[in-house]
Amino acid sequence: MSNDVIAASIRRRTLLKGAAAAGILQVSAPFIRRASAADTVKIGLCNPLTGTYAAVGKNEMIGCQLAVEQINAKGGILGKQAELLVEDSTSGDAGTAVQKARKLIERDGISFLLGNVNSALSLAMAQVAFEKNILLIVTGGHTDAVTGQSCHWNVFRICNTTQTEANAVAGPLIKSMGKKWYYITPDYAFGHTLQAGLEKACGKLGGEKVGADLTPLGTTDFSSYLIKAQAANPDIIIFLTQGDDMINALKQAVQFGLDKRVHLAGAQQELEALEGLPPEARIGNWVFEWYWNQPDVPHVAEFVDAIKKKTGRVPTARNWFGFAATWSCALAAQAAGALDSVKMAKALENMKLPPEVALMPDQPFFRAGDHQLINDLYVGNAQAQGKAEDDFFNVTEVVKGTDAAPPVEDTGCKLTWPA
Amino acid sequence: MTQLILFSVFNGLVVGAFYALMALGLSLILNLSGVINFAHGGFLAIGAYIAYSLSPYLGFWGGLVVAPFLTAVLGLIVERLLIRRLYGRDPLYSLLLTFGLAYIFEDLTRLIWGAQSVPYQVPAILTSPLSTQFFFLTGYRVFMVALVAVAVIGLFLILNRTRLGLRIRAGTRDLETVSALGVNVHVLRNLNFGLGIYLAGLAGVLAAGQLGLQPTIGTSLIMPSFVAIIVGGLGSLPGTLLGGLLIGVAQGVVTIKYPSATEAIMYVIMAVVLLVRPRGLLGEEGRLH
Amino acid sequence: MTERTQKAAVLAAIWIVLLAAPSWLPAVGGYTDLGTRILVMALASMALNFLLGFTGVLSFGHAAYFGLGAYGTAMTIKYLVPSTLLGMLVGVIVGTLAAMVIGALIARLRGVYFAMVTIAFGQVFYFITFRWNDVTGGDDGLTGWQRVPIDLGFARIDLSNGDVYFYFVLLFFALATAAMALILRSPFGRTLLAIRENERRARFLGIPVERHIWLSFVVSCFFVSLAGCLNALLDNFTDPRALRWDMSGNFVIMAVLGGMRSFWGPLIGAAIFVALQDFVSSRTENWMSIIGLVFVLIVLFFPRGILGILRRRSAQ
Repeated sequence: MSNDVIAASIRRRTLLKGAAAAGILQVSAPFIRRASAADTVKIGLCNPLTGTYAAVGKNEMIGCQLAVEQINAKGGILGKQAELLVEDSTSGDAGTAVQKARKLIERDGISFLLGNVNSALSLAMAQVAFEKNILLIVTGGHTDAVTGQSCHWNVFRICNTTQTEANAVAGPLIKSMGKKWYYITPDYAFGHTLQAGLEKACGKLGGEKVGADLTPLGTTDFSSYLIKAQAANPDIIIFLTQGDDMINALKQAVQFGLDKRVHLAGAQQELEALEGLPPEARIGNWVFEWYWNQPDVPHVAEFVDAIKKKTGRVPTARNWFGFAATWSCALAAQAAGALDSVKMAKALENMKLPPEVALMPDQPFFRAGDHQLINDLYVGNAQAQGKAEDDFFNVTEVVKGTDAAPPVEDTGCKLTWPA
Repeated sequence: MTQLILFSVFNGLVVGAFYALMALGLSLILNLSGVINFAHGGFLAIGAYIAYSLSPYLGFWGGLVVAPFLTAVLGLIVERLLIRRLYGRDPLYSLLLTFGLAYIFEDLTRLIWGAQSVPYQVPAILTSPLSTQFFFLTGYRVFMVALVAVAVIGLFLILNRTRLGLRIRAGTRDLETVSALGVNVHVLRNLNFGLGIYLAGLAGVLAAGQLGLQPTIGTSLIMPSFVAIIVGGLGSLPGTLLGGLLIGVAQGVVTIKYPSATEAIMYVIMAVVLLVRPRGLLGEEGRLH
Repeated sequence: MTERTQKAAVLAAIWIVLLAAPSWLPAVGGYTDLGTRILVMALASMALNFLLGFTGVLSFGHAAYFGLGAYGTAMTIKYLVPSTLLGMLVGVIVGTLAAMVIGALIARLRGVYFAMVTIAFGQVFYFITFRWNDVTGGDDGLTGWQRVPIDLGFARIDLSNGDVYFYFVLLFFALATAAMALILRSPFGRTLLAIRENERRARFLGIPVERHIWLSFVVSCFFVSLAGCLNALLDNFTDPRALRWDMSGNFVIMAVLGGMRSFWGPLIGAAIFVALQDFVSSRTENWMSIIGLVFVLIVLFFPRGILGILRRRSAQ
């Protein structure tokens, strides 16, 4: 090696070292900047931005962002600008979710915590929020326990319980399709409670379970489950899987031609999943928790336009969850007149969401006994393509939340307030 | 019941063919270059997304032909720029490098194509079952198995009948001698890597017809491929093929009775093989040290 | 300065920095839990490095034993006895026993093959915790339990306080690193180095290589499961992802980043990696690319790690 080459390689090495040092400086510097942020009311969102639930998690975040813009345009929260701090909880790593929630509360000093798509992470975050006396509004974790067995005075929830979804959809399914049901259920809290809820609702109406399979989250090949299900000769195969698992299961069921032999249906269905399916696989009967095509409901059109501007697509139920959750924070602070968690929680009890937030025929409200939002549900069937773009769901019946939600006594929730 | 088992065996073959396709690509690279390619699942996803992006212009068939080639080209570039620097060093480094690449690929596919699943359509002739009684024999699944068979035969023809294949096989046994005989080892490894990635890209296109196409589509397939290689025996491509099919069929059959043991069964097989025959079913002696 | 006093000075500096962490961390924008996490990950990575750096064997499946420690602790506290220390004891025993069995299966394998098999066996435990819902909580993880205060008779240690828990972890970190350092200085530790440097020669000298590698694997997993216990207690939670292969990859990269030939390297690596991940993932949703890039850059430009570079420069 000539001297020049050696010199060059040394120069390169020092350069790299310098770059590394600069990197370390950059890492530490903004820590300080963030610790002394301006005087705002901080709302922390801890939601999946990577992994399986990244798509729905981001959609909730976009709903939150839209709400914050609207809140600030109308004067902010108690006269201060609202600020949304977002942390990636990952899709299933509750350790990270808990760590991020603690960070938002302890270091960033948030007044409200929002999240999470994943039921398990929602429960884990609820534990942290309860320990720290912070108001938590659960956006999209459906498992019953959040506003049931594990409810807390400081935890509210926008999306429905699985039992409510089951109650909403069971009647129409039995009436139009038959009584023998086979379940394909994802193997985690959400799936278990949803199946239990459906079995209960179905049993009450005289239906029966002819079989069930638990599929792990992230199952790619559903063919063996489908073969088993078909062999049990049911009237309906009930798909309770979500997200990518739903897409895999439906794609394969349609390739097997199962849709021509038995009814395919389920409880919760999401626009994100239907958008990911090829047209021939957009089939089955489901319940939506919110749907964008509601021509007669005030303010929905504005919301659709506003979200379209951000994402290029029509809003999904997830956009609305984030939107309603963030607005609930502002409404709670306004009604309580202070950022005091207990006062705000009291103020949220029985509060009705105003029409520009509600975006559904009957005004939803936070039920006092379990802090669950009681809202309309949209029962119907998936369709290859409606009249409008992205119109993949045909609503046949709007079920009132007050009819579908189980009474507070049945939820197992007992709220105890701090002395 | 027997019918159910028959169903499941065929089903297992479909799944196994798929594992084998993935595992053969991994195995090629591992055997010649000693690199465990953690980013294989990432390459698979990229192959699938390329086919998806091309399908409006080239249709399904065009995508099926072109996408794996483009993926292979990406593989050639990655090998040339990054992986080549690590040959001859502790395998630890190539493992970590491809581990990091797997992160980057997943993130980039999400950045480019979005986190949400995209609808990838298979032509209508492939989507219907061939008969109502054997509804599980869908056109697409039969097509998949056939194509995997063609790919595997093609691969073995390349390895046994071409000069490149001869060199790859020779290099797998003794790279130094091959190099001493005047073969450009750099080019050889580069092409071999590309060949492996081609198989990943092909697997990706086939997977997209069957599964939801989203950035993590490849991650759930990489572990079964590892196990297929271990069971089949390091250094043996027929072994890898056998391992992939074996664990696929085992999974299909186990699902009937004990669905919760679907993943466990392949690890049980692996443990048994390691106990009874540590070099794997068709592995060569002496590869362990 | 002689080499010995220099070493003592470095050691003292490390411990002063660690002991004072809860007071200086907030000043640079960190928080106590972040410090605790760094200690836990550093312990896991140092334990891995016992095998990787000082025996020359690459395991890519250490997360399994980390997770087994976590589940052992969590399940004991939740289902059996509400005692933090007993939970940790069970966790460590479970993790170590599993390592003894798996280690016996794989001690004959080497190099890439060893790495692959450790990954695959690690996944076995991942799937057990993932699938065995009724007991492990499955994908939802194990909640509904927490760190229990320790009653010493004359005093009560309230572990629910974050600062107190930091010092609790620091105590175990100190004990574990001291134990590892002692083992490495013992004849057994010297033999491991000999195997790392030249396995064939060690074999010719009559050293039972397989048994030594097995024992080194078990010792390493013992400390990794201890780290797993502490990690579960830090979150009052554990889930199957604690056992997955990406966690194993993180342990390895921390060791390499800090310098895998140095005893304290993984501590530096863990501090940088955990702080970087915490920082970047709060700033951008594309944090995976940045972490991935860190992997690539370390491998290409800093294969000896930070301490390796420093040491080489001081040698020049």
